[in-house]
Amino acid sequence: MTGSGQQSAVSYQQEALTPQFQTALIRKLTALADDEIILAHRDGEWTGHAPILEEDIALANIAQDELGHAGLYLELRRELDGSDPDRLAFFRDADGFTNVRLVELPKGDWAFTMLRQYLFDAYEALWLDAARASTYAPLAEVAAKALREEKFHLQHTSLWVERLALGTDESHRRTQNALNELWPFAAQLFQSVQDEEKLVEAGILPDLTGVRARWEALVVPHLTQKCGLTLPDTPADAAAGRDMHTEHLAPLLSEMQSVARAVPNAEVW
Amino acid sequence: MTAVHVTPEQVWTALAAVPDPEIPVVSITGMGMVRDVTVEGGRVAVTFTPTFSGCPALHVIRDSIGEAVRALGVEDVEVKSTLTPPWTSDWIQEDARERLRQYGIAPPAPAGDTPLITLDPEPTRCPRCGSLNVRMTASFGPTLCKRLYVCESCREPFEGFKSV
Repeated sequence: MTGSGQQSAVSYQQEALTPQFQTALIRKLTALADDEIILAHRDGEWTGHAPILEEDIALANIAQDELGHAGLYLELRRELDGSDPDRLAFFRDADGFTNVRLVELPKGDWAFTMLRQYLFDAYEALWLDAARASTYAPLAEVAAKALREEKFHLQHTSLWVERLALGTDESHRRTQNALNELWPFAAQLFQSVQDEEKLVEAGILPDLTGVRARWEALVVPHLTQKCGLTLPDTPADAAAGRDMHTEHLAPLLSEMQSVARAVPNAEVW
Repeated sequence: MTAVHVTPEQVWTALAAVPDPEIPVVSITGMGMVRDVTVEGGRVAVTFTPTFSGCPALHVIRDSIGEAVRALGVEDVEVKSTLTPPWTSDWIQEDARERLRQYGIAPPAPAGDTPLITLDPEPTRCPRCGSLNVRMTASFGPTLCKRLYVCESCREPFEGFKSV
């Protein structure tokens, strides 16, 4: 068996979770899934519009993987509360979604899309890496699976950020603009959901402070030293929680959910 | 209900004839996707593991497994999926690797315990001329499991299986 991380001696099975743990874990799983669903939709907006065919295909692949991960998280939630993943994805309104604001921002230009995906991929890969050691076995299994896919995203987007930052004056300017705009939003990735700290204490979830330290150690030298970009001097925007959204989420959902809502009883789309 | 008696070996043989929906020259057993077969009386349970979590062919594979076992005369078939241990391209069998190569897809390099961040893609050999002088032209391909290359020796573009 490879790459399963170090398992703690204590391990929680579904029935051993207290009601408080269950509620908090459902909240976290939903937040993880919502980030992936919304980002996948933004990536999907490039289908047929990416600069070159290979990138059109690559971004569609990445979006497909992220949706796969959302599916894994929502299956874990289904095991806990019987909820239907499709209902959650297609029949919740903007105020019911708990994604970070980073992923709902409009797709912008190519530099914006690649840099956002890079910041998210690095966070996701490091979070998954830590989550492989979860004492909640079903989550550890999902993390081990998803991490194997995520590393391809990071490989791809880190190269693109480099290529754009070191390319022409125009591509550098666009990448720097994207960083200025995105950097404050990235801080929210490391904001806990309610009662998350209790799950961290129990070893069920990774500690976000540790994940953030590893993330900064990875992306900051890459962005500044390797890519020659300047980190903006803007404060981290993590004040508001995951229930606060920009004006961009509602229109995104209305497009994403339109088919499902038009034919709510369809069994095959 | 009349229970037809089959052996696990018969079930494995039947599953070895089920093609991978996206690369039909290889079977789901050759790809290492079938994890377990149990036979209890007239009841057969097959456990498989997905290659990629977002793979759109998963429901096709699930249905094909059920059909293949039922074709043996078994009525009570359960198809389960598992994520543990996670699928790795190291489980692709030797003959399947050779079939991939003949089909024009470079088989995956050993994955082992892959590091988290590898900025350099794994060494890949041109499936046509065998040269290692190849260039990756796209890190994602027409399906989740493949990338695109061009051979600098024979000039042929080709697909390579991801080393996962």
